[in-house]
Amino acid sequence: MQLLILAWKSLLNRRATALLTLLSISFSVLLLVGVERLRTEARESFANTISGTDLILGARSGAVQLLLYSVFHIGDATNNISWKSYQDIAAMPRVDWIIPLALGDSHRGFRVIGTDQGYFTHYRYGQNQSLAFARGGPFQDLYDVVVGAEVAKSLGYRLGDAVVVAHGASDVSFARHADKPFRVVGILERSGTPLDRALYVSLQAIEAIHVDWRNGGPPPPGQSIPAGQAREMDLTPRAITAALIGLKARIATFQVQRRINEYPEEPLTAILPGVALSQLWGLVGVAENALLLVSVCVVIVGLIGMLTALLSSLNERRREMAILRSVGARPAHVFALIMGEAFALTTTGVLTGVALLYAVLFSTRQLIEYRFGIHLAQTGLSAHELMLLGLVLLAGLLVGILPSYRAYRLSLADGLSIRV
Amino acid sequence: MEGAVPKHAPGQSPDNVIRIRDLTFRWKLGMPQVLDLPSLVIDRGERIFIEGASGSGKSTLLSLLAGVILPERGEIQVLGERLDRLGSVQRDHFRAHHIGFVFQMFNLIPYLSVVENVLLPCRFSDQRRLRALRDADSLEAEALRLLRQLDMTDATLLRRPVTSLSVGQQQRVAAARALIGAPALLIADEPTSSLDSDRRESFIRLLFDECARAGSTLVFVSHDASLEPLFNRTVRLSEINRSAVARRAEA
Repeated sequence: MQLLILAWKSLLNRRATALLTLLSISFSVLLLVGVERLRTEARESFANTISGTDLILGARSGAVQLLLYSVFHIGDATNNISWKSYQDIAAMPRVDWIIPLALGDSHRGFRVIGTDQGYFTHYRYGQNQSLAFARGGPFQDLYDVVVGAEVAKSLGYRLGDAVVVAHGASDVSFARHADKPFRVVGILERSGTPLDRALYVSLQAIEAIHVDWRNGGPPPPGQSIPAGQAREMDLTPRAITAALIGLKARIATFQVQRRINEYPEEPLTAILPGVALSQLWGLVGVAENALLLVSVCVVIVGLIGMLTALLSSLNERRREMAILRSVGARPAHVFALIMGEAFALTTTGVLTGVALLYAVLFSTRQLIEYRFGIHLAQTGLSAHELMLLGLVLLAGLLVGILPSYRAYRLSLADGLSIRV
Repeated sequence: MEGAVPKHAPGQSPDNVIRIRDLTFRWKLGMPQVLDLPSLVIDRGERIFIEGASGSGKSTLLSLLAGVILPERGEIQVLGERLDRLGSVQRDHFRAHHIGFVFQMFNLIPYLSVVENVLLPCRFSDQRRLRALRDADSLEAEALRLLRQLDMTDATLLRRPVTSLSVGQQQRVAAARALIGAPALLIADEPTSSLDSDRRESFIRLLFDECARAGSTLVFVSHDASLEPLFNRTVRLSEINRSAVARRAEA
């Protein structure tokens, strides 16, 4: 303890160098733990996007692709599922609930999803949370639309506003369903998932806005059907894009999956969301690990900075060492003094790094949540983060051994004779 | 084994503070001998002046007395303890407990205050701490008492960074540090050579007084023969050191 105080005072004496060393260590710690925190939270919020769904149904395709377009609203389906197949699957005795999803339209960059009331009652995310309305409620009328929190915020929508849906993912004027505007009847509570960035209408509405379209193109002049007239027509969907399935018993998951995959009338795929999520994360994981590797390298650079600072100070401190030895310090004390400095630098660096992290987290939390949908919990350090910090401390001490040993050798050789 | 309590072999005077017999030293095997001392005995309470020019083996002798290095051959006894028979850790402890040092200049640790500098030996030796506390309520009080004895009375001086003190003031702080906890032996290596000539004598007299009060034996090493009359005995290193190197340096 005495030596640690001595080490601390000695560092204060060289506070310019010590401060720079401290800064490089604390910033590297900030980066390391920050990246780690972001990684964990991203993975968490990623896995939290969907829960409670046992199977995702789609046309025959890859599991990751199906997951991406049905849950994350990224990319497009190559094929649709016929309404008849959907009804067959829905009628399976083990199916508890099923949510149809009809994709393909958008509104000013946000996806429009055709679905039914089941979406608002059965969809779960996070820790089994269901969708909640900040304002209004589910769609009732054919031309009602429910908007996600992010859509409402960035486009400034309130209940009763009119919304024109565009065909396809890009919002270009000639492909707008301008003749059939929607009315906002509900705004969802923020969930921190892709749900916030979508608009929801009924399957029938999707059918209605396309009722006069031919071969994927807008109606020829004079053949468009007005909104009111469309109401009177048969709006039974012809096809949907995907469906989320909840089973009565989870144990039947593989059985139902096999039956869907072997469905004779149409090539279909059913995937387990959890499995597909971890497959997808495996793809992202490479970049994620590279990020971690870079931040580990930054920590190493920070510690090498400390090594340089300590080593280069030794020569000018030989007199100090000789004085200490003359008042009774052993070479082991000299070793411990330099170790104490390495320890003080690393510990203070780690502590300020963590303090910086929380300052950054606190000030950017909202930005990150809005921009990336990642919710950064204001929690204490996790066991894993503590372990990382422990490793940094350990590495700092290991690095400290080199200058400490050199000081030990020097003070053994110099003894009390002081060379200027 | 803290090497703490000096032992006395039969037939030896317990008053011998330093006793050297047939001691030789060379820095490395194959290098010339720098020290060859047939005999050197210093008694308790003596104020001894060791005169030696640079190259006379002076700093080697001091390193041997400090227990920082070991002789090639021969005996070196300090306070009855055979240093040549102790391990390096024991020698370090021995030095911490029983020997105070004052060097030529730059004696102080720049990042410690005056009082912290004075108290350094108490941090490394329990014995010196206990002895310092024998006559004082606290270590700080004892440090201040010693500083006062050495004419460092100005309270503002004590608060200044040690590097801003004059050389003479620094030397007095160093003397207080060497004296705290009353070590039996005080070794001063050219402590006055950076002082003005009129301040030298007063510094040495202060040192004498404090050594007498603490019961410490003073070994004063210098090349400055003009200080000689102040001491009760002079040892000329060039006369007692038979090594060729020392004789060549003398020539």
